[in-house]
Amino acid sequence: MSFLADNASLLWQAFLTTLSLAVISGICALVLGTLLTAMRVSPVAPLRGAATFYVEIFRNTPLTVVFFFLAFGIVEIDLQFPSRFISAVAALSLYTAAFVSEALRSGINSVPPGQAEAARAIGLDFRQTLGSIVLPQAFRTVVPPLGNVWIALAKNTSIAAGFAVTDLAAALQRLANQNADQLLTVFLAIVAAYLVITLPSAWLIGVIERRTAILR
Amino acid sequence: MTTSTVLFDVPGPRARRRHRIGTFIGGLFVLALIGLALWRLGINGQLEPARWAILFDVRAGVPQALGNALVDTLKVAAVAMVAATVLGALLAFGRLSDHAWVRVPVTVVIEFFRAVPLLILILFCLLYLPQIGLRVGAFGALALGLTLYNMAVLAEIFRAGLLSVDRGQREAAFALGMRKYQVMTLVLLPQAVRRMLPVLIAQLVVLLKDSSLGFIVGYFELLRQARSLVEFFNFRFGDLYTFQLYVAAALIYIIVNVLLSLLARYVERRTRQNTKVAATADVELPADVQMGGGGGAVAPV
Repeated sequence: MSFLADNASLLWQAFLTTLSLAVISGICALVLGTLLTAMRVSPVAPLRGAATFYVEIFRNTPLTVVFFFLAFGIVEIDLQFPSRFISAVAALSLYTAAFVSEALRSGINSVPPGQAEAARAIGLDFRQTLGSIVLPQAFRTVVPPLGNVWIALAKNTSIAAGFAVTDLAAALQRLANQNADQLLTVFLAIVAAYLVITLPSAWLIGVIERRTAILR
Repeated sequence: MTTSTVLFDVPGPRARRRHRIGTFIGGLFVLALIGLALWRLGINGQLEPARWAILFDVRAGVPQALGNALVDTLKVAAVAMVAATVLGALLAFGRLSDHAWVRVPVTVVIEFFRAVPLLILILFCLLYLPQIGLRVGAFGALALGLTLYNMAVLAEIFRAGLLSVDRGQREAAFALGMRKYQVMTLVLLPQAVRRMLPVLIAQLVVLLKDSSLGFIVGYFELLRQARSLVEFFNFRFGDLYTFQLYVAAALIYIIVNVLLSLLARYVERRTRQNTKVAATADVELPADVQMGGGGGAVAPV
């Protein structure tokens, strides 16, 4: 225990890095994913095609490859992220947006067609139908899948450790190298730190799910 | 996609013209972006044919190295997939057991391995197991980590599949006087597997994606191999082939994954057509499991 107390500041910093990585990328991915979903159901065929292409590509690319390219690849076209942290946020957001879009699309498909038909019948256009009728209901039904995407994102932030971001997984590697005798303690502490993020999230998702559930 | 057609009217001639103009301008914009990127690459000399030729230069050993890396990647994925499928099936049976002393520990195991990030599991196998006398190495650690996580996910998939088989099948089997294990192996499992096949293959894609974590723990899969080739060539010729090798490694990953995804979709279509499993509901991996890297829900407390 005294060992953990000695490294408390490192662990706390790492925990904050992981948490902010997850929160910032989560918000970016939600915005981008919603846009992608709107494109995928839009009347304009090329927009549908472009969004589907994006989702298919990112679904089939390992997250490590996305990280890898933003860290080492884009230098060749003279682009550079200001910091490792921002490039990690970019990789996580771009990757997660594809899965947010998948979850949202299944939500849109679960809204009864009568809702959209009624909205069309009273004269709402595509943007109004989607924005004020379909998406609000879709968001409610996708609370559990979106929440699970968020939890998966929180765990995926660990990959940033391989690309020079000092998050929890990186702290684990550093502490493990220095203190081989305390390895099990270090592992338990790191796993506990991840659970501190994911377990309350799971609980909160359950609460929101019950609050927003609609009877059909 | 039933709703997408009721979300808007079929575009008329004017709307179609507007869309065409918009597509044209948008297409120009995208082309301009690609052109800009290519131009920057050209200025940096990345497009010279000689630099790309290295990828096919057998004497420099690049195709062999990348091919070996692909084989190594597939090998670790295959080992993990087989082990995870077998263990996942056993765990699923355990979780459906009538005896609490089997059910409860199995549930704890499944939930634990779904709650821990995959990278942490792999690091645990890599760093801790040697301390207690198990020499696993990078391959073993990667395969073991992938197995532990995926067996938990697959156990849930199997359980969902077994529960989705019509209840009458099970009751009829019991009525014929079959034992519990007979009902499971002769009646429920064959039907469940047919339903779960597309999802199983989709999970293989996720597992293959996750094998790229080997890059971080020092297993020579595609990315790590590309990295080491780059370091080797940089030492001899300077920074000449970096971009090309990275692009090649990434493309191989994406192509293999897309091919497997297509296979999954094909199998799903075949299953749909089969009248014996006509009742197949929506068989698709949830978005969070597709994310890999230890995705999947955590049980609320």
